[in-house]
Amino acid sequence: MSDTHAESVAFVRETSLPPAAPPVAETGIVKWVRENLFATWANGLLTVASLYVIYLILRATMPWLFNGVWNASSLAECREILQGTTGGCFAVLTERWNQLLFGFTYPTELYWRPLVAFVLMFVALAPVLFFDLPRKLLIVTGLFPFIAYWLIWGGSIFVPVFVLVGFVVGYLVYVRFEKVSFAAGFFGGLAAAVVVWTVSGAITPSLENVLALEAVPSRDMGGYMLNMMLGVTCVSLSLPIGIALALGRQSSMPLIKWICVIFIEFVRGVPLITLLFVANVMLAYFFPPGSGVDLFLRVVIMITLFSSAYIAEVIRGGLAALPKGQYEAADSLGLDYPQAMRLIILPQALKISIPGIVNIAVGLFKDTTLVSVISMFDILGMIRGPILASTEWNGVYWELLGFACVVFFVVCYSISQYSQWLERRLATDHR
Amino acid sequence: MSTTTDPQGGTFRLSMLLNDTRYRSLTMQVIAAVVLALAIGYLYSNLVTNLRAAGLNISYAFLGNPAGYDINQTLIDYSSQSTNLRAAVVGILNTLLVAFLACVTATIFGVIAGVLRLSNNWLVSKLMAVYVEIFRNIPVLIWIVIIFTIMIAVLPGPRAFRGDDPESRMLLDLFAFTNRGVYIPGPYFTRGIGGEEGSILNWLMVIGVLIASLFATRAVTARANATQAATGVRPNTLWTNLAIWFVPLIALLFVLGLTWEVPALKGFNFSGGIKVGGPLIALWFALSIYTGAFIAENVRAGIQAVSKGQTEAAGALGLRPNRIMSLVVLPQALRVIIPPLISQYLNITKNSSLAIAVGYADITATLGGITLNQTGRAIECVLLLMLFYLVISLLISAFMNVYNNAMKLKER
Repeated sequence: MSDTHAESVAFVRETSLPPAAPPVAETGIVKWVRENLFATWANGLLTVASLYVIYLILRATMPWLFNGVWNASSLAECREILQGTTGGCFAVLTERWNQLLFGFTYPTELYWRPLVAFVLMFVALAPVLFFDLPRKLLIVTGLFPFIAYWLIWGGSIFVPVFVLVGFVVGYLVYVRFEKVSFAAGFFGGLAAAVVVWTVSGAITPSLENVLALEAVPSRDMGGYMLNMMLGVTCVSLSLPIGIALALGRQSSMPLIKWICVIFIEFVRGVPLITLLFVANVMLAYFFPPGSGVDLFLRVVIMITLFSSAYIAEVIRGGLAALPKGQYEAADSLGLDYPQAMRLIILPQALKISIPGIVNIAVGLFKDTTLVSVISMFDILGMIRGPILASTEWNGVYWELLGFACVVFFVVCYSISQYSQWLERRLATDHR
Repeated sequence: MSTTTDPQGGTFRLSMLLNDTRYRSLTMQVIAAVVLALAIGYLYSNLVTNLRAAGLNISYAFLGNPAGYDINQTLIDYSSQSTNLRAAVVGILNTLLVAFLACVTATIFGVIAGVLRLSNNWLVSKLMAVYVEIFRNIPVLIWIVIIFTIMIAVLPGPRAFRGDDPESRMLLDLFAFTNRGVYIPGPYFTRGIGGEEGSILNWLMVIGVLIASLFATRAVTARANATQAATGVRPNTLWTNLAIWFVPLIALLFVLGLTWEVPALKGFNFSGGIKVGGPLIALWFALSIYTGAFIAENVRAGIQAVSKGQTEAAGALGLRPNRIMSLVVLPQALRVIIPPLISQYLNITKNSSLAIAVGYADITATLGGITLNQTGRAIECVLLLMLFYLVISLLISAFMNVYNNAMKLKER
C-alpha cells in the first residue's frame, strides 16, 4: 500500500527514527536523586537535615580520627605532639593493645598460645558454619575444645587427652548399645566415660610434667580474649542443654515438663547480672567444701544456664512450628522417641531455629561485658580499671571505648550477616 | 479387633517398668524425681556445711538494721539511718523510675527510627539502618559507660557557669547541664494543700483530673461513633476533646498556683529545681537508644507485615488516608508489634540492673551492692534481688498474655 502514499504525499519515511535519549530528568542519577532524595518538599527537607547531621558527625570525628597520634607513651606526650589541634590519642592502643586483648597478667611470651587457639577456632567453626566444606574438617571441630584448653591454660597435655579419651570411650560404648535402646547406649556411654575420667584423674598428678606447657591460672586471663572465651564456651555448652530443656518442656511427662518450665521461666525472669552475683558470691557455697572452683568456671556455669534457657525457648518455637504430620509420620514408621527426635524432628526444628539461636549467641556475646561488674577484667573491665586508672592514660576515654565498640561491632555484625546468609541458603520453600 | 500391642491383663513383671508404654513414663518420672531430690539434697548439704564452716546462718534480720550509707537520688525520704529494707525500697522505686522513663523514650526513638527506615527517602532510610545496626551490635553496657563518660568528662562543672562572662550558659536560662547532673525547673504550688512545702495530694488531684478527662473524651468518641452509625455523618470531635483535656487542667493548675522554680547557681553548686543525676541520665539515655534500635526493627517488621492489599482495599472502600492508617493498617500492625514491644520493655527493666556499673542506686546497686557488701548476707540479698525481678517479669508476661488473648484474631 506504500505505493498509494508515494503518489499522494511528497515524502514517506521508510525507516524508523533512532530512539531519542530520554529527558535528562528521567534518567540516570538525576532521576534517582529526584525520586529518592527530593520526591516531595518534606522529603527534600529531610534529605537536607540528614546531610547536615552527617556533616556534623563527620566534622566532629574526622579530624580526631585522621589527625590521631599513634606513637607516644602518655596522654601528656600526646597533647604535646598535637599542640592544641584536634586529634585522637591512639597511642594508647599501640601501647596497651596487649592488655586490651589479653588482660594485664597473661604472660607476654605466651601470647602465641591464645592466638593459635583463636586461629584454630576459625578452622573448627568453618565446617559447622559452611556445609559445603569437606566433612572431615569436623574432626578438627571435635578436637578443638581440648587443644584450645591445653593452649590457653597450659599444664600437662594429659588432662585434655584423658578427657577426650573419656568422650571417645563413652561414644564407642554408646554406639555398641544404641542398637538395644537409646537409654542403654546413653547411660552406658556416660558410665564408661565417668569410669575413664575417675581412673585418669587418679593417674594425672604423676604425669604433671610430661609434655606440659607452662600453666596459666584463669584469673590471669582478661581483655577481649576473656569475652571470646566466655562467648564461645557458653554458647557451645548451652546448645545441648537448650535442646534437652526444649524437649523436656514439650514432654508428656508432667514432672519433667514442670521441672523444665520452672527452670526456663526462672532464668528468663532474672537479669544476667543477678546470676553473675550468684556466681560471684553465692555459688561457691554449693560446692563441696575445699573444692575451690575458680571464678571463671563459676561464671561459665551461670552464663551457660542463662543462655540455655533462652536457646530452649527458641528451639521450642522451632519444635512448635513443625507440622503435626511430621510427628505422626515418625510414629507411623515405628520409630521410638529418641529415633524420631534425632532423625525426623530435631533436624527440621533446629533448621527453623538457627536465626533465633544466632540472635541469642550475639546477645550473649555482648552480655559477656557484664562480667566487668563482678570485677573480672574483660575488655571493658580493662578499660575502666587498669588502663584509665593509670597515670599515663587517665582521660583517654574515646579512643579506648571506640576500640571496644569496633571489636564488638565487627564480630556481632558479621555473625548477624552470616545468619541472614544462612537463612537465604536454608530457605527450601518458595523457590 | 484390638489395635493395642500391650499385653492385656496378665501378670506384672519387673521388666514391664521399662518396656511397657503404660508404665515407662511413670518409671522415668520416678527416676527424674529421685535424681532431682538427690541433687538438691547434695547442694543443700554442701550449703549447710559451708555455712557452718564460715560461721554464717540464713537470716533476714539485717533488713531491719540501719543501712548506714547515703543514696544520692531518692524518690522517698531516706537517710543513712534508715533501714536496709527502706534502702531496698528506694532501689526498687529507682529501678521502676528508670525503667518507666526508658520505656517511654525507647518507644519514641524506636517508632521514629522504624517508620523513617521505611521512608522513600534513600538517605534517611540508610541513616536509620546505620543507627539500628550500630546500636544493636555494641553491648548496652558500653553505651551506658560512653554516655556516662560524656556526662562526667565532657559537660562543664558548675564552676564554669559562674562570673559575668561564663564559659557555659544555661540552656534558655532554664536548664543547666553540668557534670554533676542536669538541673531542670521544678514545679511547685503556691496555693496548694500543704503550703509551700507541697503535698502529694496536689499531684493526686492533677492525676484525678487527667483521668476524668480521659473518660470524658472516651464518652465523646463513643457518642460520635453512635452518631456516625445512625446518620452516617461523623461529628468533628477534635475541638471538644482538646477542650476537655486542657480547660479543667489549666483551671486546676491556676487555682493551685503552679509556679516553676528555676535552678540557680548558689555557691559551688546549683540549687532549686529538680536535679537529675548523671548516672540516671546515662542509664536512661543509653537504655533508650539501645532498645530503641531493637524496637525500630519490631516496628518495621510490624508495618511490613500488613499486606499492601489491605491499604488498597481500604482505599477502594473510600476511606481517607488518615482513616486507612488508624482503622486498617495500625490495628493489624499493632497486633504484630506489641508482643515483641512488651518483651523489649521487659528487657529494659532487666537491663536497668546495669545501673550498678555507673553508680545509679537501683535495687541491684542498693540491695545487691552496698547492702550485700556491708552485711555480708550474700545469699539472702541475691535471693531477694532475684525474687523482685522475677515478680516484675511474671507481672509483665501475665499482662502480655491478657493482651494477646484480647487481641487474638477472633475466628468463627
